[in-house]
Amino acid sequence: MTANSQEQHLLQQRSDWVWYAGTVVAAAIWWLLYNRLIPFSEWVTSFFPVARESHAGEAIAFFVYDVPKVLLLLTAIVFVTGVLRSWFSPEKTRAILAGKREIAGYPLAALLGVFTPFCSCSSVPLFIGFVSAGIPLGVTFSFLIAGPMVGPVGLGLLYGLVGWQIATIYLVFGFTIATVAGFVLGRMGLERYLQDWVRELNAGPVGDLPEERLTLVDRLKIGIEQVREIVGKVWIWVLIGIAIGAAIHGYIPEEVMLRIMGGEAWWSVPAAVVVGVPMYTNAAGVIPIVEALLGKGASLGTTLAFMMSVIALSLPEMIILKQVLTYRLIAIFLAVVAAGILATGFLFNIIM
Amino acid sequence: MKIVKVYGPGCKRCEATEQMFRAAAEKLGVQINLEKVTDAKSIAMAGVMSTPGVTVDGKLVHTGGLPDAAKLEGWLSA
Repeated sequence: MTANSQEQHLLQQRSDWVWYAGTVVAAAIWWLLYNRLIPFSEWVTSFFPVARESHAGEAIAFFVYDVPKVLLLLTAIVFVTGVLRSWFSPEKTRAILAGKREIAGYPLAALLGVFTPFCSCSSVPLFIGFVSAGIPLGVTFSFLIAGPMVGPVGLGLLYGLVGWQIATIYLVFGFTIATVAGFVLGRMGLERYLQDWVRELNAGPVGDLPEERLTLVDRLKIGIEQVREIVGKVWIWVLIGIAIGAAIHGYIPEEVMLRIMGGEAWWSVPAAVVVGVPMYTNAAGVIPIVEALLGKGASLGTTLAFMMSVIALSLPEMIILKQVLTYRLIAIFLAVVAAGILATGFLFNIIM
Repeated sequence: MKIVKVYGPGCKRCEATEQMFRAAAEKLGVQINLEKVTDAKSIAMAGVMSTPGVTVDGKLVHTGGLPDAAKLEGWLSA
C-alpha cells in the first residue's frame, strides 16, 4: 500500500465514523423530541383563543399533537425500512420464490412482500417478471397483497398512535389474508384470465446485474434518500388525514359514532369496505383517522375493515394492473381480498 | 455514439434518470441517442423488473431507483 492510498483509506474510515456517530446523534434528538410532544401540543393549543375543553379546543389539540408525532414516526419508520430493504430486491425475491414448492410459496411471498422494495409504478413489470419465471399466479398475488397491506409505515404508525395490541392484530390478520387470498386465487386456475399478451409472453431471463457490494454507510444513505422521497411525497396526505381525525375527535358525538360504526350495526363492516376502496390515500394518511375513530368508540372490526380496504384495495392500483389482468380477473381478485377483509371485520365485531 | 434506453412507465424517477443521462452526456461530450421505453411489454421483454431500468448499447446496466452519478458517467465513457 502506498502512502497516498493509506492516507485515503484513513480518510475513508474517518468519514465512516462521522456517519455512524451522526446516526446515533440523530436518533437521540429524535427520542428527545418524541418525548416532549404532549407539553409541546398543550403549549401550542394555549395560544388559540378557544377553551381547551370546547369542540374546537379538542380538535386543535389533536391536530398539533398528531402532526409532529406522525411526522417523527414516519421519518423513523421510513429510514429504518429503507436501510433494511437495501438487503432485498425484486430480483432476489424472485429467485427465492421461483425455487420454492407452491405451498411454501404463499406465506413466503407474503413475507417477502413486506420487505421487498417496489413502488406501485413498477408493479406491472414486477408482475410479469414473477409470472414469466414460473412463479404461480396465486403466489404472485400473495406478494402483491402483502406489500401494501402489512407495510411497515401502516404498522409502525398503528403501533405509535393506537398501541401494540391492535398493531399486532392487524399484522397477524393482514398477513393471513395475503397468504390465504393468494392460495384461494391460486386454486381457481385463473391463468386464462390474464391479458393475452401476458400469457403468450416469453420474456426470457430477467437481466441479472452483478450484485453490488454496499457498505453500511451506503445503506444509511439509502435510508436518508428514502426519507427525503417518501416523507416529501406523503406529508400532504398526513396533514389531510390528521385534519379529518381532528374533526372526528373534536366534533362527532360518541352516540353518533356508536350508531354508524358500532359493533351492533352489522352493515357497517361492508359499508366500511365499500367506502374504503375508492379512498385514495396511503397508510400514513389513514392511521390518524383510525386513531380518532377508535377513540370515539367505533368497533374494532369495522375500523380494521375500513383500514384494510383503504390501504390494500385501491382503484389506481387496479387501473395499473389492468394492463396485465382482464376485468374478470380484477373482479375476482377484489372479491377474494374483500371477502377476507369482511371476515376479519365480522370476526372482531363478534368477539370483542 | 451511445444508444441509451430508459425503461419505465413514466414515473418521476424515470424522468429524473433521463435528465441525469442528458446532463452527463453533455458534461462528458459524449453523443447519445436516448430513447424512453414506456410500454409494459417492452419493459418486460428487456428483463427489467424494477424501474427505471437502463441499457447502454443494448447491455442492461441498471435497474430500480436513480442511478449513481459516478457510475452513470462510467457507463457513458466506457
